[in-house]
Amino acid sequence: MVRIIGFIVGLFFSVMAFWAFGTGLATVASQGYLQERTAESVFHRQPRALPLSSDGWFGRWTDKDNAQLQRGFQVYKEVCSACHSLNHVAFRDLTEIGYSDAEVKAIAASFMVPGINPDTGEDTLRPGTPTDYFPKPFANDVAARAANHNAIPPDLSLITKARAGGAAYVYSLITGFQPIPPELKKQFPDFETPPGLYFNPYFANLNLAMPPPLTSNGQVQYKDGTNPTVDQMAKDVAAFLVWTAEPSLSKRHQVGWPVLGFLIFATILAYLAKKQIWAENKQEFAEEVRPARRKAA
Amino acid sequence: MSFPWARHYEPKAPFMRWLDEKLPLPRLAYNAIGAGYPVPRNLNYWWNFGVLAGFCLLLQIVTGVVLAMHYAPNATVAFDSIEHINRDVNWGWALRYAHANGASAFFAVIYIHIFRGFFYSSYKAPREMVWLLGVTIFLLTMATAFMGYVLPWGQMSFWGAKVITGFFGAIPLVGEPLQIWLLGGYAPDNAALNRFFSLHFLLPFVIAAVVILHIWALHIPGSSNPTGIEVKSESDTVPFHPYYTAKDGFGLGVFLIIYCLFVFFMPNALGHPDNYIPANPLATPAEIVPEWYFWPYYAILRAFTVDLHIPFTSIVIIPAKLLGVSAMFVSILVWFFLPWLDRSPVRSGHYRPLFRKFFWFGLIPSVVVLFYCGGSKPEEPYLMLSQLAATYYFLHFLVILPLVSAIERPEPLPFSITEAVLGSDKKAVLGENTTPAT
Repeated sequence: MVRIIGFIVGLFFSVMAFWAFGTGLATVASQGYLQERTAESVFHRQPRALPLSSDGWFGRWTDKDNAQLQRGFQVYKEVCSACHSLNHVAFRDLTEIGYSDAEVKAIAASFMVPGINPDTGEDTLRPGTPTDYFPKPFANDVAARAANHNAIPPDLSLITKARAGGAAYVYSLITGFQPIPPELKKQFPDFETPPGLYFNPYFANLNLAMPPPLTSNGQVQYKDGTNPTVDQMAKDVAAFLVWTAEPSLSKRHQVGWPVLGFLIFATILAYLAKKQIWAENKQEFAEEVRPARRKAA
Repeated sequence: MSFPWARHYEPKAPFMRWLDEKLPLPRLAYNAIGAGYPVPRNLNYWWNFGVLAGFCLLLQIVTGVVLAMHYAPNATVAFDSIEHINRDVNWGWALRYAHANGASAFFAVIYIHIFRGFFYSSYKAPREMVWLLGVTIFLLTMATAFMGYVLPWGQMSFWGAKVITGFFGAIPLVGEPLQIWLLGGYAPDNAALNRFFSLHFLLPFVIAAVVILHIWALHIPGSSNPTGIEVKSESDTVPFHPYYTAKDGFGLGVFLIIYCLFVFFMPNALGHPDNYIPANPLATPAEIVPEWYFWPYYAILRAFTVDLHIPFTSIVIIPAKLLGVSAMFVSILVWFFLPWLDRSPVRSGHYRPLFRKFFWFGLIPSVVVLFYCGGSKPEEPYLMLSQLAATYYFLHFLVILPLVSAIERPEPLPFSITEAVLGSDKKAVLGENTTPAT
């Protein structure tokens, strides 16, 4: 009975799945292509590579990289922070990229964070302290939309983990603004960039609400003398955002190797133990069983 | 419940003798996973995965209980509390990555354990109950994993919850009220998040209880083995400890190495970037995909694109969505019936030439294709591929397996496990005259 019912159920689902396959095949055959070609599917580009010290299994931020991370922080502070929040990062975290306690205090104090007036209890703004988090640029989503053509600038603390391509995506996106290529216009005459949006082939649907944030070399004056080209600023801020997304990255890689080393050592020991235990068994086995088997044969 | 030659527990220390009289817990452990449990001597490394699955459950419970101390199951702060764990809790990032990748490790191990069962027909008598309990554990684990993935309250958490609870909406008549009742609202929100957290904490302990039943049921007939023939004499077995504790110890080491590679060096490789975006009911992600271990079922769900309707009319009998949802559930529920679908008296795939062909060239490719297509966008050619694979999947378990077991001529079995271990030739002299074990 189980088999008869099973047979019927199995045939039913198989036939329905195959019927759906046939329908799909007929559709594909009649339209002559597998997927419709759209401007997005043809002209969306993969991010350009951005090598960083944090890459790979040995990658970690060293003191040498602090200069880059601090430059990236400067770009965030002077450019990105006008629209983008950094919700998950506190000023105190900045000690990890080489700022001294005094410097962190000064940086925190340069931001105004929401506070309460101790005399009246009213909402007010006060200078930040190291335990405060970076303040939000907009009071709420409605304010953010109103100021940005109905788009909400995403929080940047996790952006390199929240986008496929990570830092390379951030770097490519902020340097990727360009006029619509003539080839695109030729293939898709209907394609256009609506007013208030900007063409960028690294963005999935090609039109992005963010205006080009880095427009000219020297937009940020680096204190360490690095030449602030648009490309350099984009690289630095992408590196900084890799750090904000995962401040524990260096520690994770550093801890991983001893853990792995211990496990490999323990596994070799476990293998030798297993081999020895089973070798005893084989010997014992040969003495006891082999003669008996020979007789039986 | 054990073989007559099983070793007996003899407490030596006075305290252990005293304990054995009052509460024979050491005796229980000795008989279950110690020297008192005789196990076939020929188990290969595929038999390591039961112990590994138990280890994964333990790992998930330990890391999960600590994570729950720092997590806040409230829709307004859940996402931030995960970041709090990652950034501010001592070793919080390690715990969180260990738990998230632990779920993947758990499923990888369970899948190998289940497919070992398929190949060696471990579900056959006298181990049907072991199998039924095992499939139950798998279903509970799926529910637990799904609810766990909702807890970070990222975009994929939210939209995955919406899609999966939407399955219940496909049930005729009661579907929509049921869905609203399950979610505590029209869409996933704080009510859903809270109950998912509660159940996500509870279910692992239910799983642990069923695991105990699973092992109990296993110990009545004893473990199966790669030849599929039953234990005949003492020389066929070795005591679980030290032989298999040593072998499992080595297996555990290899498992931990691979697992730690993920935890420390690619902790986000198996996750979706969108889950680092806080849940937003107003912004649908470009693609909604579940975690990798649900991809095959997701592919089956999406493979059914055509309504069942009365020919030459537009009267729909079963809408495509309901077909997809029921096919998805049937694709797992069918495993419950395997002991009665596969009637071949021979267990091991090593001695079943026809079954073996369908296993390696039918089932495995179709499942691989379903995995791949479930993680891809719902567009051609992935839809057509998953439709073909789903066609085969249902045929395999419900049509091919019963037919194969009726027409197949199995190869001769060895006389005993001992002989299979000693002789390099599996068609040893004594094997030819032997009837297959039942």
